[in-house]
Amino acid sequence: MSTEGLLWVDKHRPSTFSELSYHSVLTKNLQSLSNTEVPHLLFYGPSGAGKRTRVHCVLRALFGQVVEKKKVVHRTLKVETKQIEVTTVASAHHIEVNPSESGNNDRLVVQELIKDMASSAPLDMKKSLKVIVLHDVDQMSQLAQQALRRTMERYSKTCRVIMVAESITKVLEPLRSRCLGIRVALPSKSDIGVVLQSVAHKEGITLPDALVQRIAETSGRNLRRALLQFEATRVSVGALELPSDAQVMLGDWEYVCQDLAVMLTRSQTAHQLIAVRKKLQELLAHAVPGDVILRRLLEEILRIADDEICPEICRVAAKFDRNLTKGTKPIFHLEAFAARFMQIYAAFLKQQAAMMD
Amino acid sequence: MKEAAAQLWVEKYRPRAVSEVAHQEEVVATLQKAVKEPAGRGDLPHLLLYGPPGTGKTSTALALCRDLFGPQHYRSRVLELNASDERGIKVVRDKIKVFAQIAVVSNVNTKGPDGKTYPCPPYKIIILDEADAITRDAQTALRRTMEVYSRVTRFIIICNYVSRIIGPLASRCAKFRFNPLPMDAMKGHMRRIAKDEGVKVSDETLKFLIHSSDGDLRKAINTMQSAHRMQSDTDLDMDSISAAACLVPPSVVAAFDKATTAKGHTNTSVRKAVDEILSEGYSPIQLLAQYADRLNRRTQSEGVSKMNDMQKASLALVIASAEKALIDGCDEKIQLYDVASSISRIAHAPEDIQVLKVV
Ligand SMILES: Nc1ncnc2c1ncn2[C@@H]1O[C@H](COP(=O)(O)OP(=O)(O)OP(=O)(O)O)[C@@H](O)[C@H]1O
Ligand SMILES: [Mg+2]
Repeated sequence: MSTEGLLWVDKHRPSTFSELSYHSVLTKNLQSLSNTEVPHLLFYGPSGAGKRTRVHCVLRALFGQVVEKKKVVHRTLKVETKQIEVTTVASAHHIEVNPSESGNNDRLVVQELIKDMASSAPLDMKKSLKVIVLHDVDQMSQLAQQALRRTMERYSKTCRVIMVAESITKVLEPLRSRCLGIRVALPSKSDIGVVLQSVAHKEGITLPDALVQRIAETSGRNLRRALLQFEATRVSVGALELPSDAQVMLGDWEYVCQDLAVMLTRSQTAHQLIAVRKKLQELLAHAVPGDVILRRLLEEILRIADDEICPEICRVAAKFDRNLTKGTKPIFHLEAFAARFMQIYAAFLKQQAAMMD
Repeated sequence: MKEAAAQLWVEKYRPRAVSEVAHQEEVVATLQKAVKEPAGRGDLPHLLLYGPPGTGKTSTALALCRDLFGPQHYRSRVLELNASDERGIKVVRDKIKVFAQIAVVSNVNTKGPDGKTYPCPPYKIIILDEADAITRDAQTALRRTMEVYSRVTRFIIICNYVSRIIGPLASRCAKFRFNPLPMDAMKGHMRRIAKDEGVKVSDETLKFLIHSSDGDLRKAINTMQSAHRMQSDTDLDMDSISAAACLVPPSVVAAFDKATTAKGHTNTSVRKAVDEILSEGYSPIQLLAQYADRLNRRTQSEGVSKMNDMQKASLALVIASAEKALIDGCDEKIQLYDVASSISRIAHAPEDIQVLKVV
């Protein structure tokens, strides 16, 4: 396969257990599980921890090189009067799909694909194992999750389900009961350093340790992010030798959140609130999700706010996070949080001033 | 190419006959009676089986049908519908209609291929498994269907939460609650499997495994099989079980407790503890559950267990609202920041706690 034009995150993705560099105990366990007795699996852990990569290694260990020959298939499922478009990735032995992409139709997608898989196995292949990989199961509707239950039991002789989720909170209990949970933690900063250096080596790039440190720091231990930042930094520097003090590129929206935190602590006036609102609206217009903005803003604020008021700020953030989740207009709740923070902060400053006198 | 999947132990050891179902005495006794009664009396009521996952509901229903009809007539007499089948009102009604309309042949040969004689009573059984997912409208429609075919069919409705079944439907059934399996019942069952499969496991580890499964026998069996696979040459130990059961290791919960209540901590260090937990991928909801356990313990002399009742009560409020928020899909970090910083505030300024209630 040509690797031309691929991002480094994809180009240098390990595909076998022996290429995996961190979480060696987990790797060893997965390796001993990857035989005919493999149970249904539920991979969970933060984004950028390497779940997808490990799923792929399991498939590879189960079926060998043939799983590399996978095709992207766009299919149209016809159910009653509905036509549903789904994109799947499939090899001779497995199929991957993200049912939550089909929104409210996710249940139908799950039903149809499983029916298909169970019935499509030709007679002589009946004995071979098939795997269905479901991404973002925590985003799937309850009905779609329910639809998996008995199916996982009924076809367990020939079929295994591998599920991937960021958090198991929203995975139904009966589903969790049917799977072996595989927790994938984020790599440590030094783990990230090792991966960055090995990619640098393969790409023929000189990467100073000080820069590795900073990338590992700003990535928040998210390996995908670290690799993207590394590649972006390399592009912006434009040379094979990166200086130690090269600027690590963040996403634009992250800079905006930093600015917002500074604005909110600098002045607490109606005028300032209008300026803040405008920036928030811009972020939302660029499709940054409301909860992501709130979380990042909170982090930035906590970084600069005084210890004394942090618990209260967290309380307030938790409250507006709940409102945001229930509501439909993120801007209301983000602005409400900003206003409430200003109030807390102004009161705090006033109290400080009074104590000075 | 891979051979057929080796069997999962949960399927291999699924009860084949009602008598093999562990622990659920009430339902087992009733059903065994129904099987033993002379055939043809038709005195099996509609059944509603409900209870948490992995307690034997589906197994019991399937075993009952096998006991009644034997392998020979199973297919013609039993219709199994579950959440993976189309559940629209019309589809369900049609399927049931087609199935129920074919008359049962009386005087069938009641001897199975295995030489055993089966009662083969003159009715068919329709199993509606995972009925939590059936809409209220469809349930209302079902009520009618049940009536129409009541002479020739029996329904077995299975669900996790009985509250999801509408009253008029539930009231037509004999209801049986499946309880989480207690330690002893599980232990007997697990020991037998361990012996058959050659798993070496100490009593203490087995207890820990069962305790961590929360009465879910399927989970316990699955966990044991996986842990056994991962370290087949040595005895099972607690760490591998914690991992396989998605638990937050007790040491992590203890560290969280310490980080939030210890003297001399700062808000930054409290948040760092949260960041660490999330980075490790532990489930926040699981953490809260295990932390609440700790809070309720009286014997401990450190951390949250040392707080006074007023402190504990207000902390319980914070935890409850966070757990609800998490279930609703709120941001895990924001909610845990709130919990953690509230704990530290409550721990350090007991006289200040009423402030927390009002936001
Ligand atoms: N009471 C029991 N006696 C014996 N085995 C049991 C019992 N309960 C559960 N098991 C074991 O767990 C497996 C799953 O049980 P079963 O399918 O009956 O659960 P369920 O109650 O239908 O759960 P769910 O609500 O998740 O569908 C069985 O295959 C069996 O191995
Ligand atoms: Mg069941």
